[in-house]
Amino acid sequence: MTLPDKTPAQARPGEKRSLGQGVFHKCEGCGAVVTRERLAEAFNVCGACGWHHVLPVDRWRELLLDEAALERWDEHIAPTDPLEFDDGKPYRERLARAQRTTSRTDAIEIGRARIGGHPVGYGCFVFGFMGGSMGSVVGERIARLFERSAAERMAVILLHASGGARMQEGILSLMQMAKTVAALRRFRDAGRPFLSVLLHPTTGGVAASTALLGDVNVAEPNALIGFAGPRVIESTLRTTLPEGFQRSDFLLEHGMVDLIVPRPNLKATLAHLVELLTPGGTP
Amino acid sequence: MPIVLPFERPVVELVTRVRELRELARSDARFGAELERLEEKAAKLAREVFAGLTPMQKVQLSRHPSRPYTLDYIGRLIEGFVELHGDRRYADDASIVGGIGRFAGRRVVVVGHQKGRSTKENVQRNFGMPNPEGYRKAIRLYELADRFRMPVLTLIDTPGAYPGIEAEERGQSEAIGKAIETMTALAVPVIVSVIGEGGSGGALALGVGNRVLVMEHAYYSVISPEGCAAILWKDGTRAPQAAERLRITAPHLLELGVVDGVVEEPPGGAHQDPDAAARRLSAAILENLRALERLDGAGLRDDRYARFRRLGAFVA
Ligand SMILES: [Zn+2]
Repeated sequence: MTLPDKTPAQARPGEKRSLGQGVFHKCEGCGAVVTRERLAEAFNVCGACGWHHVLPVDRWRELLLDEAALERWDEHIAPTDPLEFDDGKPYRERLARAQRTTSRTDAIEIGRARIGGHPVGYGCFVFGFMGGSMGSVVGERIARLFERSAAERMAVILLHASGGARMQEGILSLMQMAKTVAALRRFRDAGRPFLSVLLHPTTGGVAASTALLGDVNVAEPNALIGFAGPRVIESTLRTTLPEGFQRSDFLLEHGMVDLIVPRPNLKATLAHLVELLTPGGTP
Repeated sequence: MPIVLPFERPVVELVTRVRELRELARSDARFGAELERLEEKAAKLAREVFAGLTPMQKVQLSRHPSRPYTLDYIGRLIEGFVELHGDRRYADDASIVGGIGRFAGRRVVVVGHQKGRSTKENVQRNFGMPNPEGYRKAIRLYELADRFRMPVLTLIDTPGAYPGIEAEERGQSEAIGKAIETMTALAVPVIVSVIGEGGSGGALALGVGNRVLVMEHAYYSVISPEGCAAILWKDGTRAPQAAERLRITAPHLLELGVVDGVVEEPPGGAHQDPDAAARRLSAAILENLRALERLDGAGLRDDRYARFRRLGAFVA
Protein backbone atom coordinates (compact mmCIF):
# COMPACT_ATOMS: atom_id res chain seq x y z
CA MET A 1 0.00 0.00 0.00
CA THR A 2 1.25 3.47 -0.68
CA LEU A 3 -0.12 6.90 -0.10
CA PRO A 4 -0.27 9.67 -2.63
CA ASP A 5 2.47 12.22 -2.25
CA LYS A 6 0.27 14.47 -0.22
CA THR A 7 0.35 15.03 3.50
CA PRO A 8 -2.71 13.59 5.19
CA ALA A 9 -3.27 16.27 7.82
CA GLN A 10 -0.93 18.38 9.91
CA ALA A 11 1.52 19.41 7.22
CA ARG A 12 1.73 20.51 3.63
CA PRO A 13 4.23 19.18 1.10
CA GLY A 14 7.05 21.50 0.18
CA GLU A 15 7.06 22.88 3.69
CA LYS A 16 10.17 24.90 2.98
CA ARG A 17 8.23 26.92 0.50
CA SER A 18 5.07 27.36 2.50
CA LEU A 19 6.96 28.36 5.64
CA GLY A 20 9.01 30.76 3.59
CA GLN A 21 5.95 32.54 2.24
CA GLY A 22 4.29 35.39 4.05
CA VAL A 23 5.23 36.91 7.36
CA PHE A 24 2.67 35.22 9.58
CA HIS A 25 1.71 31.65 10.24
CA LYS A 26 -1.51 30.40 11.76
CA CYS A 27 -0.83 27.48 14.11
CA GLU A 28 -2.45 24.28 12.94
CA GLY A 29 -2.96 23.23 16.56
CA CYS A 30 -4.44 26.27 18.31
CA GLY A 31 -4.90 28.81 15.54
CA ALA A 32 -2.58 31.33 17.18
CA VAL A 33 -0.94 33.65 14.67
CA VAL A 34 2.82 34.01 15.03
CA THR A 35 5.52 35.39 12.81
CA ARG A 36 7.24 32.80 10.72
CA GLU A 37 10.55 34.00 12.01
CA ARG A 38 9.48 33.33 15.59
CA LEU A 39 8.12 29.89 14.67
CA ALA A 40 11.33 29.01 12.84
CA GLU A 41 13.40 30.02 15.86
CA ALA A 42 11.45 27.46 17.86
CA PHE A 43 12.06 24.78 15.19
CA ASN A 44 8.44 25.11 14.08
CA VAL A 45 6.99 24.22 17.47
CA CYS A 46 4.10 26.49 18.49
CA GLY A 47 4.98 28.47 21.61
CA ALA A 48 1.34 28.56 22.70
CA CYS A 49 0.18 24.94 22.29
CA GLY A 50 3.32 22.95 21.44
CA TRP A 51 2.06 21.85 18.02
CA HIS A 52 4.91 20.39 15.94
CA HIS A 53 4.78 21.73 12.39
CA VAL A 54 6.79 19.88 9.78
CA LEU A 55 10.49 20.75 9.86
CA PRO A 56 12.70 20.78 6.74
CA VAL A 57 15.78 18.51 6.59
CA ASP A 58 18.34 21.29 6.99
CA ARG A 59 16.63 22.38 10.20
CA TRP A 60 16.72 18.78 11.49
CA ARG A 61 20.48 18.82 11.04
CA GLU A 62 20.61 22.09 12.93
CA LEU A 63 18.42 20.74 15.73
CA LEU A 64 20.15 17.38 16.23
CA LEU A 65 23.69 17.33 14.93
CA ASP A 66 26.75 18.84 16.61
CA GLU A 67 27.65 22.00 14.68
CA ALA A 68 24.76 21.06 12.35
CA ALA A 69 27.44 19.12 10.48
CA LEU A 70 26.72 16.13 8.28
CA GLU A 71 29.42 14.46 6.20
CA ARG A 72 27.08 13.35 3.43
CA TRP A 73 27.42 9.92 1.91
CA ASP A 74 26.39 8.63 -1.47
CA GLU A 75 24.95 11.82 -2.93
CA HIS A 76 26.29 10.63 -6.29
CA ILE A 77 23.63 7.91 -6.37
CA ALA A 78 20.89 9.41 -8.49
CA PRO A 79 17.39 8.24 -9.43
CA THR A 80 16.49 6.87 -12.83
CA ASP A 81 13.26 5.76 -14.48
CA PRO A 82 13.28 1.97 -14.77
CA LEU A 83 9.62 1.63 -15.82
CA GLU A 84 9.54 4.76 -18.01
CA PHE A 85 6.58 5.64 -15.89
CA ASP A 86 4.13 8.23 -17.08
CA ASP A 87 0.84 8.97 -15.36
CA GLY A 88 0.11 12.07 -17.39
CA LYS A 89 3.34 13.60 -16.18
CA PRO A 90 6.54 11.63 -16.80
CA TYR A 91 8.35 10.37 -13.70
CA ARG A 92 11.54 12.02 -14.97
CA GLU A 93 9.79 15.40 -14.85
CA ARG A 94 8.49 14.74 -11.35
CA LEU A 95 12.02 13.90 -10.27
CA ALA A 96 13.49 17.02 -11.85
CA ARG A 97 10.89 19.18 -10.19
CA ALA A 98 11.38 17.58 -6.78
CA GLN A 99 15.14 18.02 -7.12
CA ARG A 100 14.66 21.69 -7.93
CA THR A 101 12.25 22.49 -5.12
CA THR A 102 14.10 20.56 -2.40
CA SER A 103 17.72 20.97 -3.60
CA ARG A 104 18.17 17.28 -2.79
CA THR A 105 18.93 14.44 -5.21
CA ASP A 106 16.31 12.10 -3.75
CA ALA A 107 14.07 11.62 -0.72
CA ILE A 108 16.75 10.89 1.88
CA GLU A 109 20.07 12.26 3.03
CA ILE A 110 22.54 10.09 4.92
CA GLY A 111 26.01 10.45 6.33
CA ARG A 112 28.27 10.63 9.36
CA ALA A 113 27.61 13.08 12.17
CA ARG A 114 28.03 13.57 15.89
CA ILE A 115 25.27 13.86 18.42
CA GLY A 116 26.38 15.13 21.83
CA GLY A 117 29.90 14.04 20.91
CA HIS A 118 28.91 10.51 19.84
CA PRO A 119 29.70 9.54 16.26
CA VAL A 120 26.61 8.20 14.50
CA GLY A 121 25.38 7.13 11.10
CA TYR A 122 22.54 9.57 10.41
CA GLY A 123 19.72 9.53 7.91
CA CYS A 124 16.73 11.79 7.38
CA PHE A 125 13.88 11.37 4.89
CA VAL A 126 13.01 14.44 2.82
CA PHE A 127 9.23 14.54 2.91
CA GLY A 128 9.09 17.40 0.43
CA PHE A 129 10.67 15.12 -2.17
CA MET A 130 7.71 13.20 -3.62
CA GLY A 131 6.23 12.60 -0.19
CA GLY A 132 9.43 11.04 1.12
CA SER A 133 8.62 7.99 -0.96
CA MET A 134 11.09 5.11 -1.05
CA GLY A 135 12.39 4.15 -4.46
CA SER A 136 15.69 2.57 -5.47
CA VAL A 137 17.90 5.48 -4.37
CA VAL A 138 16.34 5.74 -0.92
CA GLY A 139 16.64 1.96 -0.50
CA GLU A 140 20.24 1.89 -1.65
CA ARG A 141 21.23 4.76 0.63
CA ILE A 142 19.60 3.19 3.67
CA ALA A 143 21.36 -0.11 2.94
CA ARG A 144 24.67 1.73 2.66
CA LEU A 145 23.96 3.68 5.84
CA PHE A 146 23.60 0.44 7.80
CA GLU A 147 26.54 -1.29 6.09
CA ARG A 148 28.95 1.56 6.57
CA SER A 149 27.85 2.32 10.13
CA ALA A 150 28.34 -1.34 11.03
CA ALA A 151 31.84 -1.26 9.56
CA GLU A 152 32.65 1.92 11.48
CA ARG A 153 31.01 0.60 14.66
CA MET A 154 28.61 3.51 14.98
CA ALA A 155 24.99 3.68 16.12
CA VAL A 156 22.42 4.56 13.46
CA ILE A 157 19.80 7.26 13.91
CA LEU A 158 17.25 7.34 11.11
CA LEU A 159 14.47 9.93 10.94
CA HIS A 160 11.49 8.56 8.98
CA ALA A 161 8.94 10.73 7.18
CA SER A 162 7.35 9.02 4.21
CA GLY A 163 4.12 8.13 2.50
CA GLY A 164 5.55 4.71 1.64
CA ALA A 165 6.93 3.01 -1.44
CA ARG A 166 7.40 5.07 -4.61
CA MET A 167 4.72 3.91 -7.01
CA GLN A 168 6.58 5.26 -10.06
CA GLU A 169 9.32 2.64 -9.63
CA GLY A 170 6.76 -0.15 -9.26
CA ILE A 171 7.83 -3.50 -7.87
CA LEU A 172 11.45 -2.32 -7.53
CA SER A 173 10.25 0.05 -4.80
CA LEU A 174 8.66 -2.85 -2.95
CA MET A 175 11.96 -4.69 -3.11
CA GLN A 176 13.63 -1.81 -1.25
CA MET A 177 11.69 -2.87 1.83
CA ALA A 178 13.51 -6.21 1.80
CA LYS A 179 16.84 -4.58 0.95
CA THR A 180 16.72 -2.02 3.77
CA VAL A 181 15.49 -4.50 6.37
CA ALA A 182 18.12 -7.06 5.35
CA ALA A 183 20.80 -4.41 5.83
CA LEU A 184 19.29 -3.45 9.18
CA ARG A 185 19.45 -7.10 10.29
CA ARG A 186 23.15 -7.35 9.40
CA PHE A 187 23.75 -4.09 11.25
CA ARG A 188 21.98 -5.47 14.34
CA ASP A 189 24.14 -8.59 14.21
CA ALA A 190 27.18 -6.30 14.36
CA GLY A 191 25.99 -5.20 17.80
CA ARG A 192 25.35 -1.49 17.44
CA PRO A 193 22.07 0.25 18.32
CA PHE A 194 19.49 1.44 15.82
CA LEU A 195 17.37 4.36 16.97
CA SER A 196 14.31 4.89 14.83
CA VAL A 197 12.74 8.35 14.92
CA LEU A 198 9.20 8.58 13.58
CA LEU A 199 8.21 11.94 12.15
CA HIS A 200 4.93 13.03 10.67
CA PRO A 201 3.87 11.14 8.64
CA THR A 202 5.36 7.63 8.45
CA THR A 203 3.12 5.20 6.60
CA GLY A 204 2.94 2.37 4.07
CA GLY A 205 6.01 0.49 2.94
CA VAL A 206 8.37 2.63 4.99
CA ALA A 207 6.39 2.08 8.19
CA ALA A 208 6.48 -1.65 7.41
CA SER A 209 10.23 -1.80 6.88
CA THR A 210 12.78 -0.12 9.16
CA ALA A 211 10.54 2.42 10.91
CA LEU A 212 9.10 0.31 13.72
CA LEU A 213 12.09 -2.03 14.02
CA GLY A 214 14.30 0.27 16.08
CA ASP A 215 16.03 -0.99 19.19
CA VAL A 216 14.28 2.09 20.47
CA ASN A 217 11.41 3.75 18.61
CA VAL A 218 11.02 7.47 19.29
CA ALA A 219 8.02 9.36 17.91
CA GLU A 220 7.43 13.09 17.55
CA PRO A 221 4.29 14.39 19.23
CA ASN A 222 1.15 13.83 17.18
CA ALA A 223 2.85 12.21 14.19
CA LEU A 224 0.70 10.01 11.94
CA ILE A 225 2.22 6.53 11.95
CA GLY A 226 0.63 3.45 10.43
CA PHE A 227 0.63 0.86 7.69
CA ALA A 228 -2.60 1.68 5.87
CA GLY A 229 -3.30 5.35 5.32
CA PRO A 230 -6.39 6.67 7.10
CA ARG A 231 -8.20 7.31 3.84
CA VAL A 232 -7.58 3.77 2.65
CA ILE A 233 -9.03 2.42 5.89
CA GLU A 234 -12.00 4.78 5.77
CA SER A 235 -12.87 3.85 2.21
CA THR A 236 -12.39 0.10 2.82
CA LEU A 237 -14.44 -0.02 6.00
CA ARG A 238 -16.76 2.85 5.01
CA THR A 239 -16.37 4.42 8.39
CA THR A 240 -14.86 7.51 9.98
CA LEU A 241 -11.85 6.97 12.17
CA PRO A 242 -11.71 8.04 15.81
CA GLU A 243 -9.82 11.18 16.84
CA GLY A 244 -6.16 10.45 17.46
CA PHE A 245 -6.18 7.19 15.47
CA GLN A 246 -2.65 6.29 14.29
CA ARG A 247 -1.19 9.31 16.07
CA SER A 248 1.84 9.08 18.36
CA ASP A 249 -0.17 8.69 21.59
CA PHE A 250 -2.14 5.86 19.98
CA LEU A 251 1.09 4.04 19.11
CA LEU A 252 2.50 4.53 22.60
CA GLU A 253 -0.74 3.23 24.10
CA HIS A 254 -0.65 0.14 21.84
CA GLY A 255 2.97 -0.63 22.63
CA MET A 256 4.47 0.25 19.26
CA VAL A 257 6.80 3.11 20.28
CA ASP A 258 8.93 3.58 23.38
CA LEU A 259 8.89 7.34 23.76
CA ILE A 260 7.23 10.47 22.48
CA VAL A 261 9.79 13.24 22.63
CA PRO A 262 9.17 16.90 21.81
CA ARG A 263 11.76 18.61 19.63
CA PRO A 264 13.44 20.67 22.37
CA ASN A 265 14.42 17.44 24.19
CA LEU A 266 15.11 15.20 21.21
CA LYS A 267 18.85 15.74 20.82
CA ALA A 268 19.60 15.14 24.49
CA THR A 269 17.39 12.05 24.51
CA LEU A 270 19.04 10.52 21.43
CA ALA A 271 22.55 11.26 22.73
CA HIS A 272 21.67 9.64 26.05
CA LEU A 273 20.22 6.56 24.36
CA VAL A 274 23.29 6.13 22.15
CA GLU A 275 25.52 6.34 25.19
CA LEU A 276 23.50 3.81 27.19
CA LEU A 277 23.21 1.32 24.34
CA THR A 278 26.80 1.42 23.14
CA PRO A 279 28.72 -1.54 24.52
CA GLY A 280 31.84 -0.55 26.44
CA GLY A 281 31.12 3.16 26.03
CA THR A 282 31.57 5.30 22.96
CA PRO A 283 35.01 5.07 21.35
CA MET B 1 -21.04 -23.94 -12.66
CA PRO B 2 -17.45 -22.80 -12.65
CA ILE B 3 -16.95 -19.12 -13.40
CA VAL B 4 -15.61 -18.42 -16.88
CA LEU B 5 -14.13 -15.04 -17.74
CA PRO B 6 -15.16 -13.72 -21.19
CA PHE B 7 -11.65 -13.83 -22.64
CA GLU B 8 -10.99 -17.41 -21.55
CA ARG B 9 -14.21 -18.86 -23.03
CA PRO B 10 -12.78 -20.34 -26.27
CA VAL B 11 -9.91 -21.91 -24.39
CA VAL B 12 -12.16 -23.25 -21.64
CA GLU B 13 -14.47 -24.89 -24.19
CA LEU B 14 -11.59 -26.68 -25.86
CA VAL B 15 -9.91 -27.66 -22.59
CA THR B 16 -13.22 -29.07 -21.37
CA ARG B 17 -13.56 -31.20 -24.51
CA VAL B 18 -10.02 -32.48 -24.02
CA ARG B 19 -10.92 -33.45 -20.47
CA GLU B 20 -14.04 -35.31 -21.63
CA LEU B 21 -12.11 -37.09 -24.34
CA ARG B 22 -9.44 -38.09 -21.85
CA GLU B 23 -12.14 -39.82 -19.80
CA LEU B 24 -13.37 -41.67 -22.90
CA ALA B 25 -9.85 -42.62 -23.98
CA ARG B 26 -9.30 -44.24 -20.62
CA SER B 27 -11.87 -46.96 -21.49
CA ASP B 28 -11.55 -46.96 -25.28
CA ALA B 29 -8.13 -46.78 -26.92
CA ARG B 30 -9.67 -45.69 -30.26
CA PHE B 31 -9.98 -42.13 -28.89
CA GLY B 32 -6.23 -41.93 -28.30
CA ALA B 33 -5.32 -40.34 -31.61
CA GLU B 34 -8.22 -37.89 -31.45
CA LEU B 35 -7.21 -36.96 -27.90
CA GLU B 36 -3.66 -36.25 -28.90
CA ARG B 37 -4.78 -34.06 -31.77
CA LEU B 38 -7.20 -32.10 -29.59
CA GLU B 39 -4.70 -31.71 -26.77
CA GLU B 40 -2.25 -30.18 -29.19
CA LYS B 41 -4.90 -27.89 -30.58
CA ALA B 42 -6.00 -26.79 -27.12
CA ALA B 43 -2.45 -26.04 -26.05
CA LYS B 44 -1.83 -24.04 -29.20
CA LEU B 45 -5.05 -22.04 -28.90
CA ALA B 46 -4.46 -21.38 -25.21
CA ARG B 47 -0.98 -20.11 -25.97
CA GLU B 48 -2.30 -17.84 -28.71
CA VAL B 49 -5.20 -16.44 -26.72
CA PHE B 50 -3.21 -15.99 -23.51
CA ALA B 51 -0.28 -14.40 -25.33
CA GLY B 52 -2.63 -11.58 -26.29
CA LEU B 53 -4.02 -10.96 -22.83
CA THR B 54 -3.66 -7.48 -21.37
CA PRO B 55 -1.94 -7.08 -17.99
CA MET B 56 -5.34 -6.43 -16.37
CA GLN B 57 -6.73 -9.67 -17.83
CA LYS B 58 -3.71 -11.44 -16.34
CA VAL B 59 -4.58 -9.88 -12.99
CA GLN B 60 -8.12 -11.21 -13.40
CA LEU B 61 -6.70 -14.67 -14.09
CA SER B 62 -4.52 -14.46 -10.99
CA ARG B 63 -7.70 -13.74 -8.99
CA HIS B 64 -9.76 -16.40 -10.74
CA PRO B 65 -12.07 -17.97 -8.14
CA SER B 66 -11.29 -21.47 -9.45
CA ARG B 67 -7.54 -20.98 -9.27
CA PRO B 68 -5.70 -23.38 -6.95
CA TYR B 69 -4.93 -21.81 -3.57
CA THR B 70 -2.20 -22.59 -1.06
CA LEU B 71 -3.98 -25.54 0.54
CA ASP B 72 -4.70 -27.01 -2.92
CA TYR B 73 -0.96 -27.02 -3.62
CA ILE B 74 -0.07 -28.26 -0.16
CA GLY B 75 -2.41 -31.21 -0.67
CA ARG B 76 -0.54 -32.13 -3.85
CA LEU B 77 3.03 -31.23 -2.88
CA ILE B 78 3.41 -32.09 0.77
CA GLU B 79 3.25 -35.53 2.34
CA GLY B 80 2.07 -35.91 5.93
CA PHE B 81 1.27 -32.22 6.26
CA VAL B 82 0.48 -31.06 9.79
CA GLU B 83 -1.05 -27.59 9.93
CA LEU B 84 0.16 -25.53 12.89
CA HIS B 85 -2.04 -22.81 14.27
CA GLY B 86 -1.74 -19.51 16.05
CA ASP B 87 0.80 -16.82 16.80
CA ARG B 88 1.00 -17.60 20.56
CA ARG B 89 0.13 -13.99 21.25
CA TYR B 90 -3.35 -13.18 20.18
CA ALA B 91 -5.11 -15.44 17.67
CA ASP B 92 -4.94 -17.82 14.76
CA ASP B 93 -5.23 -15.90 11.51
CA ALA B 94 -6.77 -18.18 8.89
CA SER B 95 -5.65 -15.95 6.01
CA ILE B 96 -2.18 -17.40 6.46
CA VAL B 97 -1.75 -21.16 6.79
CA GLY B 98 1.41 -22.94 7.71
CA GLY B 99 2.79 -26.20 8.94
CA ILE B 100 5.30 -28.98 8.54
CA GLY B 101 5.53 -32.02 6.31
CA ARG B 102 7.66 -33.63 3.63
CA PHE B 103 8.38 -32.28 0.17
CA ALA B 104 10.17 -34.69 -2.19
CA GLY B 105 11.35 -36.63 0.85
CA ARG B 106 12.66 -33.58 2.70
CA ARG B 107 11.29 -32.19 5.95
CA VAL B 108 10.00 -28.67 5.21
CA VAL B 109 8.05 -25.79 6.70
CA VAL B 110 5.34 -24.37 4.44
CA VAL B 111 3.71 -20.97 4.88
CA GLY B 112 1.19 -19.43 2.49
CA HIS B 113 -1.66 -16.98 2.15
CA GLN B 114 -5.04 -18.65 1.96
CA LYS B 115 -8.13 -17.30 0.21
CA GLY B 116 -11.60 -18.79 0.53
CA ARG B 117 -13.96 -20.00 -2.15
CA SER B 118 -17.41 -19.69 -0.59
CA THR B 119 -18.62 -16.48 1.05
CA LYS B 120 -18.43 -18.16 4.43
CA GLU B 121 -14.90 -19.35 3.79
CA ASN B 122 -13.87 -15.93 2.51
CA VAL B 123 -15.11 -14.32 5.70
CA GLN B 124 -13.10 -16.84 7.71
CA ARG B 125 -10.02 -16.32 5.51
CA ASN B 126 -10.59 -12.56 5.26
CA PHE B 127 -10.15 -12.83 1.45
CA GLY B 128 -6.50 -13.72 2.03
CA MET B 129 -5.74 -10.38 3.71
CA PRO B 130 -3.78 -11.04 6.89
CA ASN B 131 -3.91 -9.22 10.18
CA PRO B 132 -0.72 -8.84 12.27
CA GLU B 133 -1.26 -12.21 13.95
CA GLY B 134 -1.01 -13.90 10.54
CA TYR B 135 2.46 -12.46 10.06
CA ARG B 136 3.39 -13.32 13.63
CA LYS B 137 2.36 -16.91 12.99
CA ALA B 138 4.60 -16.86 9.91
CA ILE B 139 7.49 -15.51 12.01
CA ARG B 140 6.99 -18.28 14.53
CA LEU B 141 7.11 -20.87 11.78
CA TYR B 142 10.19 -19.33 10.13
CA GLU B 143 11.97 -19.56 13.47
CA LEU B 144 10.87 -23.15 13.92
CA ALA B 145 12.29 -23.98 10.50
CA ASP B 146 15.59 -22.37 11.42
CA ARG B 147 15.83 -24.26 14.71
CA PHE B 148 15.15 -27.66 13.15
CA ARG B 149 17.09 -27.01 9.95
CA MET B 150 14.11 -27.34 7.63
CA PRO B 151 13.86 -25.49 4.31
CA VAL B 152 11.03 -22.95 4.09
CA LEU B 153 8.61 -22.97 1.16
CA THR B 154 6.25 -20.02 0.95
CA LEU B 155 3.27 -19.53 -1.35
CA ILE B 156 2.13 -15.97 -2.00
CA ASP B 157 -1.50 -15.22 -2.85
CA THR B 158 -2.89 -12.06 -1.27
CA PRO B 159 -4.50 -8.80 -2.37
CA GLY B 160 -2.49 -7.21 0.47
CA ALA B 161 -2.33 -6.87 4.23
CA TYR B 162 -5.68 -6.02 5.78
CA PRO B 163 -6.25 -2.26 6.15
CA GLY B 164 -8.29 -2.39 9.35
CA ILE B 165 -8.54 -0.50 12.62
CA GLU B 166 -7.62 -3.51 14.77
CA ALA B 167 -4.76 -4.37 12.40
CA GLU B 168 -3.28 -0.94 13.09
CA GLU B 169 -3.88 -1.26 16.83
CA ARG B 170 -2.01 -4.53 16.93
CA GLY B 171 0.90 -3.25 14.86
CA GLN B 172 0.50 -4.25 11.22
CA SER B 173 3.65 -2.30 10.25
CA GLU B 174 5.81 -3.93 12.88
CA ALA B 175 4.47 -7.40 12.12
CA ILE B 176 5.27 -7.11 8.40
CA GLY B 177 8.67 -5.52 9.04
CA LYS B 178 9.59 -8.21 11.54
CA ALA B 179 8.49 -11.00 9.21
CA ILE B 180 10.73 -9.57 6.50
CA GLU B 181 13.61 -9.25 8.95
CA THR B 182 13.20 -12.80 10.21
CA MET B 183 13.28 -14.17 6.66
CA THR B 184 16.50 -12.30 5.84
CA ALA B 185 18.30 -14.05 8.71
CA LEU B 186 17.25 -17.68 8.16
CA ALA B 187 20.11 -20.18 7.87
CA VAL B 188 18.00 -22.59 5.80
CA PRO B 189 16.96 -22.52 2.12
CA VAL B 190 13.90 -20.34 1.44
CA ILE B 191 11.95 -20.73 -1.79
CA VAL B 192 9.13 -18.32 -2.54
CA SER B 193 6.43 -19.02 -5.12
CA VAL B 194 3.95 -16.34 -6.16
CA ILE B 195 0.95 -18.50 -7.09
CA GLY B 196 -1.75 -15.84 -7.55
CA GLU B 197 -1.81 -12.28 -6.27
CA GLY B 198 1.40 -10.73 -4.99
CA GLY B 199 -0.11 -7.72 -3.25
CA SER B 200 2.49 -5.33 -1.89
CA GLY B 201 4.04 -5.47 1.61
CA GLY B 202 1.48 -8.04 2.69
CA ALA B 203 3.02 -10.37 0.10
CA LEU B 204 6.63 -9.45 0.79
CA ALA B 205 6.30 -10.61 4.40
CA LEU B 206 6.38 -14.09 2.83
CA GLY B 207 8.67 -13.05 0.00
CA VAL B 208 12.30 -12.90 1.09
CA GLY B 209 13.65 -16.08 -0.46
CA ASN B 210 16.93 -17.31 -1.91
CA ARG B 211 14.86 -18.00 -5.00
CA VAL B 212 11.58 -16.38 -5.99
CA LEU B 213 9.38 -18.12 -8.55
CA VAL B 214 6.23 -16.83 -10.14
CA MET B 215 3.44 -18.79 -11.83
CA GLU B 216 2.84 -17.77 -15.42
CA HIS B 217 -0.47 -16.00 -14.69
CA ALA B 218 0.33 -14.55 -11.29
CA TYR B 219 1.29 -10.92 -10.65
CA TYR B 220 3.42 -9.11 -8.07
CA SER B 221 3.06 -5.38 -7.46
CA VAL B 222 3.82 -2.53 -5.10
CA ILE B 223 0.14 -1.56 -5.20
CA SER B 224 -3.02 -3.02 -6.71
CA PRO B 225 -3.87 -1.64 -10.16
CA GLU B 226 -7.13 -0.31 -8.70
CA GLY B 227 -5.33 1.44 -5.84
CA CYS B 228 -2.77 2.89 -8.20
CA ALA B 229 -5.46 4.25 -10.53
CA ALA B 230 -7.37 5.72 -7.60
CA ILE B 231 -4.28 7.60 -6.46
CA LEU B 232 -2.99 8.72 -9.85
CA TRP B 233 -6.22 9.58 -11.57
CA LYS B 234 -8.78 9.46 -8.74
CA ASP B 235 -10.49 6.83 -10.86
CA GLY B 236 -10.40 3.13 -9.98
CA THR B 237 -11.88 2.18 -13.37
CA ARG B 238 -8.57 3.12 -15.00
CA ALA B 239 -6.97 0.09 -13.34
CA PRO B 240 -6.15 -1.53 -16.72
CA GLN B 241 -3.87 1.40 -17.56
CA ALA B 242 -2.23 1.21 -14.14
CA ALA B 243 -1.71 -2.54 -14.56
CA GLU B 244 0.08 -1.86 -17.82
CA ARG B 245 2.35 0.85 -16.48
CA LEU B 246 3.32 -0.91 -13.27
CA ARG B 247 4.85 -3.91 -15.13
CA ILE B 248 3.55 -6.55 -12.80
CA THR B 249 3.21 -9.66 -14.97
CA ALA B 250 5.61 -12.61 -14.97
CA PRO B 251 7.77 -11.61 -17.99
CA HIS B 252 8.31 -8.12 -16.58
CA LEU B 253 9.14 -9.47 -13.12
CA LEU B 254 11.75 -11.74 -14.66
CA GLU B 255 13.19 -8.90 -16.69
CA LEU B 256 13.44 -6.66 -13.61
CA GLY B 257 15.20 -9.43 -11.66
CA VAL B 258 12.45 -9.56 -9.05
CA VAL B 259 11.80 -13.25 -9.78
CA ASP B 260 14.27 -15.95 -10.77
CA GLY B 261 11.95 -18.15 -12.77
CA VAL B 262 8.49 -18.38 -14.30
CA VAL B 263 6.53 -21.60 -13.83
CA GLU B 264 4.55 -22.38 -16.96
CA GLU B 265 0.89 -23.18 -16.35
CA PRO B 266 -1.15 -25.85 -18.12
CA PRO B 267 -3.24 -24.77 -21.16
CA GLY B 268 -5.94 -22.36 -19.99
CA GLY B 269 -4.24 -21.66 -16.68
CA ALA B 270 -3.63 -23.48 -13.40
CA HIS B 271 -7.36 -23.74 -12.66
CA GLN B 272 -7.95 -25.88 -15.77
CA ASP B 273 -5.66 -28.59 -14.45
CA PRO B 274 -4.54 -28.08 -10.83
CA ASP B 275 -2.69 -31.43 -10.80
CA ALA B 276 -0.55 -30.44 -13.76
CA ALA B 277 0.02 -26.98 -12.28
CA ALA B 278 1.15 -28.55 -9.01
CA ARG B 279 3.51 -30.95 -10.82
CA ARG B 280 5.16 -28.09 -12.65
CA LEU B 281 5.46 -25.97 -9.52
CA SER B 282 6.83 -28.95 -7.63
CA ALA B 283 9.50 -29.59 -10.25
CA ALA B 284 10.57 -25.94 -10.23
CA ILE B 285 10.79 -25.80 -6.43
CA LEU B 286 12.74 -29.05 -6.29
CA GLU B 287 15.24 -27.93 -8.88
CA ASN B 288 15.94 -24.72 -6.96
CA LEU B 289 16.00 -26.48 -3.61
CA ARG B 290 18.62 -28.95 -4.86
CA ALA B 291 20.86 -26.10 -5.98
CA LEU B 292 20.60 -24.43 -2.57
CA GLU B 293 21.31 -27.58 -0.60
CA ARG B 294 24.97 -27.19 -1.48
CA LEU B 295 25.21 -24.03 0.66
CA ASP B 296 25.71 -23.96 4.44
CA GLY B 297 23.75 -21.70 6.79
CA ALA B 298 26.01 -18.67 6.42
CA GLY B 299 26.15 -19.22 2.66
CA LEU B 300 22.37 -19.25 2.45
CA ARG B 301 22.10 -16.01 4.41
CA ASP B 302 24.73 -14.36 2.22
CA ASP B 303 23.08 -15.63 -0.94
CA ARG B 304 19.73 -14.17 0.12
CA TYR B 305 21.33 -10.88 1.16
CA ALA B 306 23.10 -10.54 -2.17
CA ARG B 307 19.92 -11.37 -4.07
CA PHE B 308 17.92 -8.50 -2.58
CA ARG B 309 20.90 -6.17 -2.19
CA ARG B 310 21.24 -5.81 -5.95
CA LEU B 311 17.58 -5.06 -6.68
CA GLY B 312 16.86 -1.49 -7.70
CA ALA B 313 17.71 0.91 -10.49
CA PHE B 314 19.82 4.04 -10.06
CA VAL B 315 22.72 5.88 -11.62
CA ALA B 316 25.98 5.93 -9.68
ZN1 LIG C 1 -0.41 26.36 18.61
